[in-house]
Amino acid sequence: MTSTVPRLQAKARLGDVLFSRTSLFAGGMILVTLAAVAAFLIVQSIPAFFASGDSASILREAGNFWAYVWPLIFGTIWAAVLSLVMALPLAIGIALFISHYAPRKLAATLGYVVDLLAAVPSVVYGLWGIGVLAPAVQPIYSWFVDNLGWIPLFAGPVSATGRTILTAAIVLAVMILPIITAMCREVFLQTPVLHEEAALALGATRWEVIKMAVLPFGRSGIVSASMLGLGRALGETMAVAMVLSASGIVTFQLLTSGNPSTIAANIALSFPEAYGTNVNVLIGTGLILFIVTFLVNALARYIVNRRAEFSGAN
Amino acid sequence: MAISVRPVSSGSALASGQLPRGTVWVVLVASLAVGLALFGLISAASGTEFNLVGAILVGLLLHLIVSTGITGAVEGRRQAMNQFMTNLVSGAFLLAMVPLISVSLTVILNGLARFDTEFFNSSMRNVTGEGGGALHAMVGTLLITLAATVISVPLGLFTSIYLVEYGRGRFAKMITFLVDVMTGIPSIVAGLFAYAVFALLLGPGVRMGIIGAISLSVLMIPVVVRSSEEMLRLVPNELREASYALGVPKWLTILKVVIPTAIAGITTGVMLAISRVIGETAPLLITAGFTASMNYNLFHDRMQSLPVYVYTQFANQGNPAFAFMERAWAAALVLIVIVMLLNLIARLVARYFSPKTGR
Repeated sequence: MTSTVPRLQAKARLGDVLFSRTSLFAGGMILVTLAAVAAFLIVQSIPAFFASGDSASILREAGNFWAYVWPLIFGTIWAAVLSLVMALPLAIGIALFISHYAPRKLAATLGYVVDLLAAVPSVVYGLWGIGVLAPAVQPIYSWFVDNLGWIPLFAGPVSATGRTILTAAIVLAVMILPIITAMCREVFLQTPVLHEEAALALGATRWEVIKMAVLPFGRSGIVSASMLGLGRALGETMAVAMVLSASGIVTFQLLTSGNPSTIAANIALSFPEAYGTNVNVLIGTGLILFIVTFLVNALARYIVNRRAEFSGAN
Repeated sequence: MAISVRPVSSGSALASGQLPRGTVWVVLVASLAVGLALFGLISAASGTEFNLVGAILVGLLLHLIVSTGITGAVEGRRQAMNQFMTNLVSGAFLLAMVPLISVSLTVILNGLARFDTEFFNSSMRNVTGEGGGALHAMVGTLLITLAATVISVPLGLFTSIYLVEYGRGRFAKMITFLVDVMTGIPSIVAGLFAYAVFALLLGPGVRMGIIGAISLSVLMIPVVVRSSEEMLRLVPNELREASYALGVPKWLTILKVVIPTAIAGITTGVMLAISRVIGETAPLLITAGFTASMNYNLFHDRMQSLPVYVYTQFANQGNPAFAFMERAWAAALVLIVIVMLLNLIARLVARYFSPKTGR
């Protein structure tokens, strides 16, 4: 009398083994790739940390790597934060419009139209920023400097070209708008219908429904959407490289011709002519950008994943 | 007995304190008319150009104030707040349309000047002033994007198969998380990575099309994984179980049942991923470099691509400068048309070939 029946084991077929191994290998490649990105960047940037003005010509003014990279880090974060401040309220408004105000039949089409903003390549945004946006906003900037110049942010003298950090931030805001909107829209649409209907039944107006049911439910979604947008704005390269006329100083002033550059834009502008240790210095700044965006994105994804309902929102 | 009819003007108890339907729209039209009239008068009086944007802006602001005001006066404070927020939210959407329309109009108007035959059948070799074309850039974009697709699609598809069909536990969760994080890698960092790999192998200063393709595939793989994963998850489990019940091995089930059911969605995802990377400039600028000549070889020497072409024409303007700007805009137009077409075809594929879910 046997007490345990041996478990039935399917015959291992060659095709099955090959297929599962291949997919496991592909999954592992994701890990390997990310690890390789980090490893190669670290290896290539080690010489940069010990470089001085003598060994790398782009460090001549700053003296060492950290003095060189500090204004860039400041510019990167400042431009990204500015663009987020502009894009976030707008994106929440658009997402609410599509999810709760627009007619149901139109909603999908309107969402697609907003997504078209994401389809425009960044180099085209750069051309547009220089050719159209900067000349258009320059008179507004000079009005601001003349009338509100006593606020430190708007201190003069005004830039004659309009190619300031505020213009770059406006372009960035346009570029991250569709990402934040898409994610907020998904989250707002997942608001429990019963919550909304309960509010309506109590006599709430549409805005009160949104204030009491939709926004509280979507708060973590909004936070992570803005983090994703921030991550994108931190790494955006060409639009900033083309629009911003940078001078490598640290300042909060928005409208003058002295603007801090960003890490990504600086790499794109300096890399084609770089040689020797200069390349390592630029890769070193890239490593810092990678770490910052990795942390921002990881935090955003962590917030999303904490609420399993949002898993489809991407 | 005569039935007394209550006059409508006094209103029923329920309808009291309500604006007639459509009042808001009347206010909107009236405000816009006032704005247009105001700016028309100003331009007529001062002889300056008519400022359409300013007129619409003033009209919308007027609408915001007036509609909120009369709603508040008739219907009360809460309704006024509701009206105010409705205006703001609709205004946010309209505001987002401004850059979209402006960008498309600018690119089309400026790009059409050089959207001619020469642009499509010649390169920039030995061209210093006017003339010249972007054939070398188009060929480069085609080859580099093709190579990136060939690398990314199998890798991304098999990763998503692993995640949906095989992956269990912590390893699969970690891959999902890392794929999400990988979506956010800045494109320039992907370019630096590919450059760093090949600089170690082949010495510094190396520029080749294939390096660009590798940097693009770093950006493309996570997009492909995410979209195919979602599509594979949509395939109903009943189909898999029916296949297993007939004794079909797992790998054949995936190959013959799961993937064919999801192929439309996967195709859409791949095309959207291509449209995302085809406009990438920064990684190609630092990995594939730029050149004025044709280059059909991915594994040798610099290779031009359309986005980099736009950038170099803009950045290294020669004499006459307008010829360079016209070429930049024309290339931007070509690029936008390609991206829009890819998007459109992807949506059509998704709409017409997606599997019918039983509901």
